[in-house]
Amino acid sequence: MPSSRPLLSVTDLRVTVGGGAEAVRGVSFDVAPGESVGLVGESGSGKTLTCRAVLGVLPPGCAVTGGRVEFGGEDLTAFGRRQWEAVRGARIGAVFQDPASYLNPSLTVGAQLAEVLRVKAGLPRRAARAKAVELLGGMGLHDPARVYGQYPHELSGGMLQRVLIAIAVSCDPELLVADEATTALDVTVQAEVLELLGRLRRERGLSIVFVSHDLAVVAELCDRIAVFYGGELVESGPTEEVLASPRHPYTEALLRVASVGDWGRRTLDVIPGQPPPVGAAVTGCRFADRCAFAADACRQGDIPLSALPEGRAVRCVRASEVALAGAGALMGEAR
Amino acid sequence: MSAPAPAREAAAAASPEAPLLAVRGIDVSLGRPAVPILRDVSLTVRAGEIVGIVGETGSGKTTLARTIFGLVRPLRGVVEVEGAPVSALDGSRLRAFRRTGRVQLVFQDPLRSLDPDLTVAAIVGEGPAIQGVPAAERREKVARALELVGLDSSVASRTPGQISGGQRQRVSIARAVVSGPRLLVCDEPVSALDASNRNHILRLLDDLRRELGIGVVVISHDLGSLAGIADRVAVLYRGRIVEDGPVTEVFRDPRHPYTALLVASAPRVSGVHGHSLAALRQAGPTGVAGGCVFAHRCPFATSDCSIQPETAVSGDRHVACHHAATWPSAASRLERNHAHG
Repeated sequence: MPSSRPLLSVTDLRVTVGGGAEAVRGVSFDVAPGESVGLVGESGSGKTLTCRAVLGVLPPGCAVTGGRVEFGGEDLTAFGRRQWEAVRGARIGAVFQDPASYLNPSLTVGAQLAEVLRVKAGLPRRAARAKAVELLGGMGLHDPARVYGQYPHELSGGMLQRVLIAIAVSCDPELLVADEATTALDVTVQAEVLELLGRLRRERGLSIVFVSHDLAVVAELCDRIAVFYGGELVESGPTEEVLASPRHPYTEALLRVASVGDWGRRTLDVIPGQPPPVGAAVTGCRFADRCAFAADACRQGDIPLSALPEGRAVRCVRASEVALAGAGALMGEAR
Repeated sequence: MSAPAPAREAAAAASPEAPLLAVRGIDVSLGRPAVPILRDVSLTVRAGEIVGIVGETGSGKTTLARTIFGLVRPLRGVVEVEGAPVSALDGSRLRAFRRTGRVQLVFQDPLRSLDPDLTVAAIVGEGPAIQGVPAAERREKVARALELVGLDSSVASRTPGQISGGQRQRVSIARAVVSGPRLLVCDEPVSALDASNRNHILRLLDDLRRELGIGVVVISHDLGSLAGIADRVAVLYRGRIVEDGPVTEVFRDPRHPYTALLVASAPRVSGVHGHSLAALRQAGPTGVAGGCVFAHRCPFATSDCSIQPETAVSGDRHVACHHAATWPSAASRLERNHAHG
């Protein structure tokens, strides 16, 4: 998406866990206004910590030790508590995996949505209620006036996630951060929530940072994709191009284990080995030990993220030599 | 594609006529007042076979697993394991049956289903200990079970909190296979895992049915997982099996509109799964009630659908839909209309 200036610009972000181990090791990416970017990778790849750093809600013991997170021209990493209050929940909304745990079980969902509208958007009580019902309806919930008066336990997981999305977008944010927001949902509901997010994007010009371990889910929603491995970005670019012709062996490996879209495919590929422990000192490529293409050159020193045409980038010294299979070829293999 | 011939033959020899698991026409209700959860559910699993059960939250998948295990007793119908009527057992006879370990359950979240204070060795050895297996023999069994699931013996002295998610799920499978079960019932065994670990566990289940000739039931809401390993799949909706058959055929050419909706909803990296979502997702006509469980969500429902459809059999496929023969062309018409307007 062409834009003079990104809405969110993460530059050389570093996050440590427990005071020492570096779990996010110099991650950089931009999100343009109205663009949706997917962060993918295995458990422990640093994708979730990156998104939590963008939200300023790192878990205890984790700290940003370097880099910048610029949002609308301001560096969020320098923000104090008060400044965050004006951004989080207002200009940046967030949804997480388990919606039930983010709602108060003893208040109706409508009261919780209306509270956000009163506190954050400054609406009077009556207007907040009307706007809340309107928002719930806009999330595709049937009979929103009735849903307004219901308690979290009375709603299904998919309905709760719609309520959470309503809260997240209630103050017309410019950016929505969704961390595994559809992972726990049934497949038909997941498809509906992904469509809802796509619609909100189109209607409101919302930017989305979407974190998922599922490449197929990211492919449904995101314009661009950023692949995380061992705390680093190993490949990024437009979703279609990256999936059609991955340039990093790890991206290809992720494609092989994902649901590419052919039910006849019965080979269950796995990625051998385990990712390096968080913060481990590795000379050269962090994926080398699990990579079928690893050579001596891969273990000689730091490997930079190299820019490629079409807005793509890859962190692999052998990117120009190795032949990797894209989604199309993998589907062909199945037949 | 299917299990190698020797495993199949060995399994067939072990059970000449009775399948490993036969569920016949069970109705299950839970709670007071009783709420019907499963209706007229039938399912057969043979030795060496993996049968998938797919369905959404509230479809009765977990209740079916619990009924097979003998934790819930059906109001009607029977559950037989190797010809023995589990559903007719009660009290001490049911406990004695469970204690044989012939049927074992594997749960979704090992962090919740494994005792966090016990070591892996103690968790895996608990079943044999209850069966009264002497300590030395027990250690041997535990070591064998850990090896079978591909866990290093160094894991034995750790607790569930000290190992990774993929390793934990291997521990729950080791716990299940240690007593030599004939049937494994796995309830969402891979939902908590990322794609690579998911495939590791699915491969393990595939290996186990070959090596041990056991039957496996895999309950999942993830079609991709089932397509990877199951021989057959049963689609459960609101307590009824609406369709079942060989997994590749059912997913490639669904005959029930609900199966088609599931297939079209599954996220994929590329390619289109059959009919478009828009054509399958329109709400059904209002006023159709009491018959087909899917009618309220089915764009192809008519007044016929207020009567429960019979399950039609063609070859090894079963489908319970009044309009199985006609809805696909109606869906194509809807798609064309969408395309034009």
